[in-house]
Amino acid sequence: MSIAPSDSKLVHRARWTLPVTAVALAIGLAACSSTSSSPTTTKATSATTAPADPYAQTDLHAPAGTLTGAGSTFDQPLFTKAFYAYNQKNSGVTVNYASIGSGGGIQQFQANTVNFGASDVPMSPLDISKATGGQVLQVPVALGGVSISYNVPGVATGLKLTPKVLADIFLGNVKTWDNSEIKSLNPGVKLPSNPIQVVYRSDGSGTTYIFTNYLSTVSTAWSSGPGTGKSVSWPVGVGQKGNEGVAGFIHTTPYTLGYVELAYAIQNNFTYAKIQNAAGQYVSPSLSSVAADAAQKPNITSVDFSIVNQTGAASYPISGYSWALIYQLQKTATTGQTLVDVLDWLTHAGQSQAASLDYVPLPANIQQLARATLLQVTGPDGKTKLLTTS
Amino acid sequence: MTDLATLPPRPGTAGRLRRLLAVPDGAYRGALGAVAALFGILLVVFVVSMVMQARPTFAHFGLSFLTSTKWDPVHVHYGVLVFLVGTLETTAIAMVIAVPIGLGCALALAFGIPQRLRVTLGTAVELLAAVPSVVYGLWGLLVVAPWVRTIIEPALAKITGGHGPFGGSQLGVGLLLAGVILAIMVLPTMVAISRDVLMAVPEVEIEGAFALGATRWQVMRRVVVPSARSGILGATTLATGRALGETIAVTMVIGNTDHLAHSLFGTTQTMASLIANEFTEATEPFHLSSLIAVGVLLLVVAVVVNLAARLLVRSVGRQRAIGIGVL
Repeated sequence: MSIAPSDSKLVHRARWTLPVTAVALAIGLAACSSTSSSPTTTKATSATTAPADPYAQTDLHAPAGTLTGAGSTFDQPLFTKAFYAYNQKNSGVTVNYASIGSGGGIQQFQANTVNFGASDVPMSPLDISKATGGQVLQVPVALGGVSISYNVPGVATGLKLTPKVLADIFLGNVKTWDNSEIKSLNPGVKLPSNPIQVVYRSDGSGTTYIFTNYLSTVSTAWSSGPGTGKSVSWPVGVGQKGNEGVAGFIHTTPYTLGYVELAYAIQNNFTYAKIQNAAGQYVSPSLSSVAADAAQKPNITSVDFSIVNQTGAASYPISGYSWALIYQLQKTATTGQTLVDVLDWLTHAGQSQAASLDYVPLPANIQQLARATLLQVTGPDGKTKLLTTS
Repeated sequence: MTDLATLPPRPGTAGRLRRLLAVPDGAYRGALGAVAALFGILLVVFVVSMVMQARPTFAHFGLSFLTSTKWDPVHVHYGVLVFLVGTLETTAIAMVIAVPIGLGCALALAFGIPQRLRVTLGTAVELLAAVPSVVYGLWGLLVVAPWVRTIIEPALAKITGGHGPFGGSQLGVGLLLAGVILAIMVLPTMVAISRDVLMAVPEVEIEGAFALGATRWQVMRRVVVPSARSGILGATTLATGRALGETIAVTMVIGNTDHLAHSLFGTTQTMASLIANEFTEATEPFHLSSLIAVGVLLLVVAVVVNLAARLLVRSVGRQRAIGIGVL
């Protein structure tokens, strides 16, 4: 637009001063505004930004037939299919789910602009304190596993790894494929002397959370180092965006090793390592082995929700839940009723949709937990229970 | 590209028309004023809201946000230096490649090749500018990266014996590939604008130089390029702006590590790709505000680069005016 410089001085000056003035003004304004503590500021900003969002337009008092949700991208394929199936049964009910990421989902939920949020990690007490709709309930809705994939020419799927070796690879202590520890675990497998190229998810993700949660559980060096999170500071390796990015890079680059969401690995027929579980068994990742791991811990809460490295001979140790976020007190009884009914269906009958998408169906005891949580949801009077189970 | 403001006002009808336009009625003036003010207001609103959202980070981390190389959401420590350097490095590599190639290509399109080929190639360049960046990213990751890993990197490593700028592990992805992909992405911008500017050089100047016995090279070197210099600088500025802010293609090929690259083969990350990577799941304290702060910094970098380019264009323009005066 301004390629050819104008000879007019006036025009020049105007072009120049505009951005400068704007930046100066902005910084000045920001500096002048309240110097209160940061939590208040965050709250204020999240409140002011929320109305600008398209999802904010949703009327909470809309007809009971339409629900809106926002959050985790991990849940999206399951939700899309399950809510479609629900709609086939109850044609009056439509659920619009926007997979904007757990962070966005929590924000929308806090601002009370959606009927439910979805997050790969439960809301923290700090997150909950910023919620504007009252008491928060968190319901496990999906179960997933994380597989360790690799590309070593001449080495088939099923390489055996212990938690210690796995942590050491990601810490950068085990550097080459023919490391004596890997060799001793896999007698008869011809391992090359090439360096191990670690690949991780560069985007914040629940998959990364589950995997780093596992590493923190099995390795003190990891828990006191990089720690557990959806984005962590990785000691070694390269990052790729999304499961498809990690899988694609492993696929095209020899001597790589990374972690990929189980459903993605199964659907793409990917290589995976057998991981030694707490019982000492080497277990392949599969729907049944992840379900076996999850079933070992029936009493999860939104604070104590980690299910990695459970006991049980058949347990695959790297797994975790995704959560739906709802308010205990529903301001409109009809909408609230639809909401709990949809979520109850999702966590029970709807789980039949999960397996076909390579999600792990929720174990029976977790289904019961989900129902018990949904039974706490009340109408506007704070007393009437909304879930009617037949 | 021609500047109407530089034309002398013509007497007669045109002059009368201009006077008519110069004294608009209230509504007309109001409407134009509002439209013009819109951009200013938009910019202010945009910057103010960004800075407000980034305030917790600026207040909590202060200057260490700019100087720290550690970005660690788990331990609530945010420093942006690695990504600032990564952004400048990738842009520099891209421009070092794109400027000479782009200029050569623009010269060829303007003067060097037969007319019919010119049109075909010109269309091709414009089509390249329309390719979405994610496609460049995919192509870079799936097609170019393996070439870089198996052919280019080993060849370059031989030059320095595997040390210095061509040292380290050869992955395909990294600083070099990001720079190359960026260069390819900004080339169409560079070529299309430079060509238009070169073609706008007055025919009489070129013919005059030929008449004085100058060779083709001399005409290009001494007449055409100097005459179009400020326009070429403008093209370079636009291309630099695109390279600074390019997000998804860079994210796909740079390797996304949170440390500085030790060589051209090393992996690092840019500010734009950091935001793209971590924005959706930024739930930790200060994480979101820090990402917005990175956005503010990226904006500042873009403004600084833009202003520097304007200064350069102005000083070049002035030099040229002096040069003509001396002649």
